[in-house]
Amino acid sequence: MAAQTGPATPIGKQLAIGAVAWIVALLMFFPIIWMVMASFKTEVDAIATPPLFVYTPTLENYAAVNAQADYLKFVMNSVVISLGSTILCLALAVPCAFAMAFYPGPRTRGTLLWMLSTKMLPPVGVLVPIYLIGKQIGLLDTRTILIVLYTLMNLPIAVWMLYTFFKEVPKDIIEASRIDGASTWQVISVVLLPLVMPGIASTGLLSIILSWNEAFWSLNLSASNAAPLPAFIASFSAPQGLFWAKLSAASTMAIAPILIIGWLSQRQLVRGLTFGAVK
Amino acid sequence: MRRRSLASFVGLGALAIAAAANLNAASAETITIATVNNSQMVAMQRLAPNWEKATGNKINWVVLEENVLRQRVTTDIATNGGQFDVLTIGSYEAPIWGKQGWLTEVDDLGDAYDYDDLFPSVKDAVSVEGKMYAVPFYAESSFTYYRKDLFKAAGLTMPEKPTYKDIESFAAKLTDKSKEQYGICLRGKPGWGENMAFFDTLVNASGGRWFDESWQPQLDQPAWKEALTLYVNLLTKYGPPGASSNGFNENQALFASGKCAMWVDATSGAGYIFDASNSKVADKTAFAAAPKGSVDTGTAWFWSWNLAIPKSSTKAAVAKQFLAWATSKDYVQLVGKTDGWPTLPPGTRKSTYAIADYMKAAPFAPIVQQAIISADLKHPTKDPVPYTGIQYVAIPEFQALGTQVGQNVAGALTGQMSIDAALQQSQATALSTMQQAGYL
Amino acid sequence: MNKKAGGTAAPDRGVGGGIWTFPMIAPSVGLLLIWMVVPLALTLWFSFQRYNLLNPMIKGFAGFSNYVYLLRDPALYTALWTTVALVASVLIVTVVLGTLFAVLFNAQFPGRGVARVLVISPFFVMPTVAALIWKNLLMNPVNGLFAFLMRSVGLQAIDWFGSLPLTSVIIIVSWQWLPFAFLILLTAMQSLDEEQLEAAKLDGAGPFAVFFYIIVPHLKRATSVVIMIETIFLLSVFAEIYVTTSGGPGLATTNLAFLIYQRALLAFNVGGASAAGVIAIILANIVAAFLVRTVARNLD
Repeated sequence: MAAQTGPATPIGKQLAIGAVAWIVALLMFFPIIWMVMASFKTEVDAIATPPLFVYTPTLENYAAVNAQADYLKFVMNSVVISLGSTILCLALAVPCAFAMAFYPGPRTRGTLLWMLSTKMLPPVGVLVPIYLIGKQIGLLDTRTILIVLYTLMNLPIAVWMLYTFFKEVPKDIIEASRIDGASTWQVISVVLLPLVMPGIASTGLLSIILSWNEAFWSLNLSASNAAPLPAFIASFSAPQGLFWAKLSAASTMAIAPILIIGWLSQRQLVRGLTFGAVK
Repeated sequence: MRRRSLASFVGLGALAIAAAANLNAASAETITIATVNNSQMVAMQRLAPNWEKATGNKINWVVLEENVLRQRVTTDIATNGGQFDVLTIGSYEAPIWGKQGWLTEVDDLGDAYDYDDLFPSVKDAVSVEGKMYAVPFYAESSFTYYRKDLFKAAGLTMPEKPTYKDIESFAAKLTDKSKEQYGICLRGKPGWGENMAFFDTLVNASGGRWFDESWQPQLDQPAWKEALTLYVNLLTKYGPPGASSNGFNENQALFASGKCAMWVDATSGAGYIFDASNSKVADKTAFAAAPKGSVDTGTAWFWSWNLAIPKSSTKAAVAKQFLAWATSKDYVQLVGKTDGWPTLPPGTRKSTYAIADYMKAAPFAPIVQQAIISADLKHPTKDPVPYTGIQYVAIPEFQALGTQVGQNVAGALTGQMSIDAALQQSQATALSTMQQAGYL
Repeated sequence: MNKKAGGTAAPDRGVGGGIWTFPMIAPSVGLLLIWMVVPLALTLWFSFQRYNLLNPMIKGFAGFSNYVYLLRDPALYTALWTTVALVASVLIVTVVLGTLFAVLFNAQFPGRGVARVLVISPFFVMPTVAALIWKNLLMNPVNGLFAFLMRSVGLQAIDWFGSLPLTSVIIIVSWQWLPFAFLILLTAMQSLDEEQLEAAKLDGAGPFAVFFYIIVPHLKRATSVVIMIETIFLLSVFAEIYVTTSGGPGLATTNLAFLIYQRALLAFNVGGASAAGVIAIILANIVAAFLVRTVARNLD
């Protein structure tokens, strides 16, 4: 890891930077820590004044959440739907962004902006028509309809992000390999793909997160079979009754898987477009 | 162990009955039930396996927060989507949807159901022209929670039926902001089901109404000004900070953690406040009727949660079986025996208030019963009105209108708008809404 | 700048020579075209209809009345202003802090990987949940953590949603979107030419000069993307407002998305919602055109 950021930084400076960075990181993460802490409090402790930093942890909220809803079912739906739509989305977006970045035509920029403008349509206006269509083709409350919708929703974002990442790739690397006699396919698979992997990874992660957290369509088009985690959350944010500890527990359960995905992919995400090495 | 063997014995018996019933009924089916996540409904979900075992049917649950659920099921029912077989709906939707012909009539659940045991006001709330379109699961009203320890320490006595004048003078004496003790907590978060639920009862108590008999908005009338002035005065002087974003939950949290001396809100919150594992004030809380205003009518509100069957359901017969079970006298007994008597689904059946165990365990029960009996949805206030509903107006346009007026009320509360400006804007909004919807 | 060296090749021919890009672009464009045209056509059609889901009796051609009701509503103009203020503030906060964070977390220090994930994490939290946590566990003026901290240093607790409603919403939304800006900008930082940095330092450039003359220009394209994508999402911020203030007090936090929800969706007024949608599309495109002028230049 050390090699990629150039010459090693002196230890003293590293520590100073590290201290600042860690304070920042912990501040950003604090609301989540606080939520996780609340998830182990009783409902009374969760609203205590002054707020409790030290308390007897309890698992009762997790037990209550588990008793009320089948967490695994929701997680499975979320995983299948977000992964499914992300794979589909990348399969469509990678070639599109590749072509736009490396073979730009006169209409490329216009097309890109137009794509983004499809995101501006408020979904509330089309809820009813989509619902009726879903009903006609028998796709209400299925994972399929959510996968398709999320793919379409995330496609413009994915194309955009990939386009910018592809644009970062120095053209001379590719020129050089073409001169060496590589075919287009070889250029793509051997030279280009390793360079843009971090970009694809962060695009993929973004698409997973957006699908994971999407609440409007997932709540409106699912009932019991295809309901993903936002529906799970919506069953714990009550307008009646004390619920913060239980909601915290449910939310912790809902973000845990995606936090793990994020954690696993972070090396991939920021390993860096190692252009320096190829020069 | 004993309990379980008893349960399985009962289960077996029920199975036998179910098997007999199955001879002429269709084979076991799976129904989908959409419901809110209030504690009473969560209890129903927990107890439903009893029914599943007895009948051999299966249930898919869709449990959602109230506002999400409302939007979800409205989409489905209005498009004839057919995703649900049983819906949990409020007393606001039941008559509107019934009138549209979207709900199956549920007048035929059998003699054992004992329709006459239901409180008439509860039955009326879900009926259109004498036909019932939903069965009541539980009903609530509003009343005054107060801290008897604080009252005693200050040498005050809460009358059985306080007036807002009493409340104001108590609040003044019981507010001690240095100790984070606030005289009164009331809802302030904008929303037709949040601050407006309380505020509408205050308007009624002041003799105001939303519309006159020809649907002309009346929000610029003196009664509204009287109500809003009182409301703003109470909360700014004696209320907690941040009152404008407190809904039912936030206030319940405040009261349960001992910050409020008084709280006027839903009776359904009493179970929680009385539960020592949830609240610090379980043994220090007492109840009085909702406060009375300058006129004699209109003090408490009325709300019920009901089970209904959409017309689009293809499994109405099984769904009816479920309705008959979940809102029966036997179900009430079952809850009492398994979850404890204070948590019975309240306010729907006269027989519930004849259960000695319940009356003993739930000191708030008589006030609730009284409030439900005296609720009159057709005459919420002094003057006649063209609508039904006490703290709401049972027309489709009300959710949007109520929420907008709620924003203005909150604006007046935080001082962003003057009281007059808030009411003028509300009147203009109401007028525009009614014109757009074709009432005027 | 080596990168530019290759740019002399004819842009329309690209690096691989002339290849047929149509099959690569067509699927995405085609699908998006359907996804746009169908809803757009429906939205336009409904916006001229009297159509309320809850009341099948209301039907027929509405002319421009759905638009008239909306445009006559004084709340619309307040909501537009709130929307712009919200989007602009969150953009400034996230881009500025995001850039600083990207520089900070690009440096080496112990536990960098973990720290980065911690900063990115808020993005994983669903908007509803984020809003509930902030409102009830942190910002509540009585039993929230902030109030406790203020009081323990002898200050008066702030009534966040009462006295600073829009600021409070901006804080919550910024907390959620800062990780996104950070992630994109950090990824872009990785391609920063180390040699160039070293050379600048050898030439005696101080950290500020390096930041403003090398890092900031380098992040231009990534910043543009952050701004474009965030704008799209920020124009439709809803859950955070719904959960915390319900658009109030008064109209203090009613943005366009919330206005549409409240005027049309709550009443299931499809006609009105569609008209509002059309107005929203027009406005979004004005914003986009504006952005394109100022931002999209940096894309190529």
